[in-house]
Amino acid sequence: MSLNEYLILSGIIFSLGLIGVLRRKNLLMLFFATEIMLNAVNIGMVAISKFHGDLTGQIFAFFIIAVAASEVAVGLGLLILLYKRKNTVNLDSIASMKG
Amino acid sequence: METYLYIALFAPLLGSLVAALFAQRPKLLFTGIFTSLMIGVSMIASLNLLYFVMTSDQIVHVFMMDWIHIGNLDIHFGFVADQISVTMMVVVTIVSTMVHIHSIGYMDKDKSFNRYFSYLSAFVFSMMVLVMSDNFAGLFIGWEGVGLCSWLLIGFWYQKQDQEIVDDVKKSPFSTLSPYSSISPSYAANEAFLTNRVADLGMLIGLFLIYWNLGTLEYSDVFEHINTLSTGLIVLIASCLFIGAMGKSAQFPFNQWLANAMEGPTPVSALIHAATMVTAGVYLVIRANDIFVAVPEVGYVIACLGAFVAMGAALMALVATNIKKIIAFSTLSQLGYMFVAAGLGAYWVALFHLAMHAFFKSVLFLGAGNVMHACDNEINIKNMGGLHKYMKSTSIIMTIASVALAGIFPLSGFFSKDLILEVAFGTQHYILWTVLWITAGLTAFYSFRLVMYVFHGEENFKKFGYHPHETYPYVIAAMVPLVVLAMVAGFTKGVFVEMITKQLPVLDIHVNATTFWVLVVLTLGIALGGIALAFFKHQKDGSYFSAQMKETFVYKLLANQYYMPLIIEKLILKPYLFISKASWKIDMHVVDEIVDGIARTVYSTGEKSTGAQNANLSKSLLSMALGLVFFIVLGAIYSFAK
Repeated sequence: MSLNEYLILSGIIFSLGLIGVLRRKNLLMLFFATEIMLNAVNIGMVAISKFHGDLTGQIFAFFIIAVAASEVAVGLGLLILLYKRKNTVNLDSIASMKG
Repeated sequence: METYLYIALFAPLLGSLVAALFAQRPKLLFTGIFTSLMIGVSMIASLNLLYFVMTSDQIVHVFMMDWIHIGNLDIHFGFVADQISVTMMVVVTIVSTMVHIHSIGYMDKDKSFNRYFSYLSAFVFSMMVLVMSDNFAGLFIGWEGVGLCSWLLIGFWYQKQDQEIVDDVKKSPFSTLSPYSSISPSYAANEAFLTNRVADLGMLIGLFLIYWNLGTLEYSDVFEHINTLSTGLIVLIASCLFIGAMGKSAQFPFNQWLANAMEGPTPVSALIHAATMVTAGVYLVIRANDIFVAVPEVGYVIACLGAFVAMGAALMALVATNIKKIIAFSTLSQLGYMFVAAGLGAYWVALFHLAMHAFFKSVLFLGAGNVMHACDNEINIKNMGGLHKYMKSTSIIMTIASVALAGIFPLSGFFSKDLILEVAFGTQHYILWTVLWITAGLTAFYSFRLVMYVFHGEENFKKFGYHPHETYPYVIAAMVPLVVLAMVAGFTKGVFVEMITKQLPVLDIHVNATTFWVLVVLTLGIALGGIALAFFKHQKDGSYFSAQMKETFVYKLLANQYYMPLIIEKLILKPYLFISKASWKIDMHVVDEIVDGIARTVYSTGEKSTGAQNANLSKSLLSMALGLVFFIVLGAIYSFAK
């Protein structure tokens, strides 16, 4: 397996995540989609780190996982509060500005 | 002397402003008295200046302030009291003072008494600016100022409704009811104003030409250097200036507004439309005599036009039955005389006739005002008659003024009109002389036709239930100085000539003694003949034109003012309205459409882009992603292109 194939895989997963972010209306699904995008980036980082023989990329991937975990914790907390207040997690129905 | 000049100029303005303070209030006798007093002060100051200019041969020239000073353009407010303007000042202020006093009586019962005096004094101020300015710009300001005040005063009774033009009126041949005359004061006021606008454009072009070619508007500089220009250019300038003068002085083809201006209060007609404003055109020609001297051919055209108007207007006066319109046509005719004199180069003769005319014509109008008041605002002279018994003073005054107008020795009209005829004869313009000579006869006839119809004969007014009565004594007293001047002012000719020829060209005509006396006798003869005809015809028949004559084409032509209003309406107003409507459509659908289109585009862009701000997270994310993709693509293209 060459680096290219890893990067293509990473790109495909990132695109899937992006499409999820754009298409999904459910806030929970939006979090999932962001996680997918973050993990796509992690795959890319780790692959490049391996092929270059430099550990920095892999260490960076750990940081990303840690940050993503805390982000999800904070995000889910907000989501629960929002659900309590609005009784929905649909993005279209929580838009409150007239525009 | 400078103080006198400023007093003469600004006293009327002060009066006007003070009266204006009370414009919305009910009648206050104070405003009438105060404005009259201010004009009186101005008159005394003017007389003082006249005495000074006459005795010392000096002129008073003051520089008041800079007005416009940009680059090479330097226009200032400067005033001059030289031989010409001081004559005008004296005439204007004397007539205005008397008219103001007369108005206190005439406007006695009017609810807008204070407003009236404010306008009237404002007019006098504008007229003083016009005659005293030392440059064309100041003259133009005064020129427009008198136009504005004339508009305000003609339309003074603006609340009067438009008269309906019914079929009866259309068929009537009399000019009092002619469908082709004005239908309301506001109509007449607008007509006068718009006609003057058209003519003023000519004058403005003349002033621009002067400025472009000589770089100054100051009289002294312009007249000094006018001969450096080519003849064609001078002809153009003179013609343009004369078009302005034609408008103000109601010469053909701009004459229509003057007869309709009679809708205003009668003292206004006396002051503005007889004695002062309409003579501003003549004043302009006299003032700019250096320009007209350089191009005698233009002067000749002016003289011919003047004679044409003199005769044409006198003919209309023969058949008119509206007391004020007869006098208005007479004014037109006399203005024609003045233009003949000015056109033939006898500028001081024109000025002399202007002054004499101001006195007897204003008093005629004031008398007409008294008569109208006595007969419940009746204007048809055929509905009056026999008023001499009831209003002796007015009758005597108007008869004297008519004799003066007819030009009978020794009244003032004789001296000035005879001089004009002498000028026409002496400069070998025999056709002009004949026209003016016949007009002199017509003048005498129509003046006395009016006098006979109004003051003598059968008392027709009884049918209408009028109770004529003489007006207030002080109103008569205000007319006395004018009528005295109309009687004796002619004798000032010698003094006047001596003074005025220091500034205006000396009359250079040679008529030998025999011819001179023959001319005098001929002129007096035709004038007396006219009077006698008017007198005896009235004594015999009580009227002038038989029913048979009224059916003739000529009579109808004259009674309908040569159908000029009709021709103007058909040939000028209708096509103009058509063009205006077409332009309006182009404006609406092309010009406005473009402007509106731009506005609409901007507006709708904003309207549509408000969607970006509705706080919908997924939409915001979409636009963010699209923006990112866009810039990545852009960056990629850029790097590849490099």
